[in-house]
Amino acid sequence: MIAINWILALPNQCQQIMSVNEKIVTDLVNNNVSFITTVPCKQLAGVIDGIDKCDDIFHIPSNKEDEGMGLCAGAYMGGKRAAIIMQNTAIGVTINTLATLIQYYHIPLPMLISYRGEIGEPVACQVEMAVHTKALLAQLNIPTYHFHHPDDVEEFDAILKYCFMSKKPVAILTDASFWKGA
Amino acid sequence: MIRSEVLKSLIPVISDQLVVCNIGLPSQELHLLDDQPSNFYMLGTMGLASSIGLGLALAQKQKVIAIDGDGSVLTNFGTLPTIANNVADNFILLIIDNGSYGSTGDQPTYAGRKTSLAAVASACGCEHVVECQAEQAAAAVQAALDADEMTIIVCKCESGNIKVPVIEMDPVVIRDRFMKQVQARNS
Repeated sequence: MIAINWILALPNQCQQIMSVNEKIVTDLVNNNVSFITTVPCKQLAGVIDGIDKCDDIFHIPSNKEDEGMGLCAGAYMGGKRAAIIMQNTAIGVTINTLATLIQYYHIPLPMLISYRGEIGEPVACQVEMAVHTKALLAQLNIPTYHFHHPDDVEEFDAILKYCFMSKKPVAILTDASFWKGA
Repeated sequence: MIRSEVLKSLIPVISDQLVVCNIGLPSQELHLLDDQPSNFYMLGTMGLASSIGLGLALAQKQKVIAIDGDGSVLTNFGTLPTIANNVADNFILLIIDNGSYGSTGDQPTYAGRKTSLAAVASACGCEHVVECQAEQAAAAVQAALDADEMTIIVCKCESGNIKVPVIEMDPVVIRDRFMKQVQARNS
């Protein structure tokens, strides 16, 4: 489980014990991501909490993920780096927005996605979208990374840099095994 | 008055403002009437003009006018609570409510029947909601610009369309020239 008071710790004091949630929030801040919209998922509760408490990030919860991508597109055009945090079921909601807004206008958008329906999943229905998730992202030519081990978070910083360099949506799928390290 | 006439009446008020314009005929009409680099035309993605406008308003200081339609707001109803709970006093949402899905052949929307978008916006927590008739649209937008507070305007007008060409400008060009305007006005 995540420590809820981690944000109080000084960054240089928590490097060695930095949890997955801490590392994600720290990397977002270090890459100047200052506008984040979220639609909750149980697996993402800790990182959403960290973002909400972070003074360097404006957190704006959205009611649906396509709405959230609209907010991010606007914030980007306003000069902020934006990101979305959502569940993989949202891929089904956002395909049109990804194709006709984010990709069509060349807007960079890191998408931190909880990958429900993978090994360790207790809810059978989640598997039904899990089996389509990578295929849909591949069909959209969206660069996709799958975090399975907690150590995979080490690549998050480079993925953010790649996303803003390429001005593309980039998906980071984070499964239940990964979040065991949170 | 139909929507294109409302837009024409707005030009003196909005021409030098940052405008995010709804997909389809509204963007095509605005583009024909008064193309400006400070206009962001949506070429796709029905429903997100208000969300893009709010994100833009929250990210920088200049005033932002999102021109939306009743059908598009109905498509993205979740936008109204988000707007209400994240107040940006530099944001104006103008909903041109002609009670129909104009770009697809004027099929009626529920906003033209029992549903009041102004009442919904108020119920969602939006504090400054103005409902006006088409002839009052320009004055209502000017008043909202002068007021320095987030305002939702629901402008009732007649259903109907004029023939307008599609926008052939590349989306990246639309975005790039718009961002340069945003940057210049904030520097």
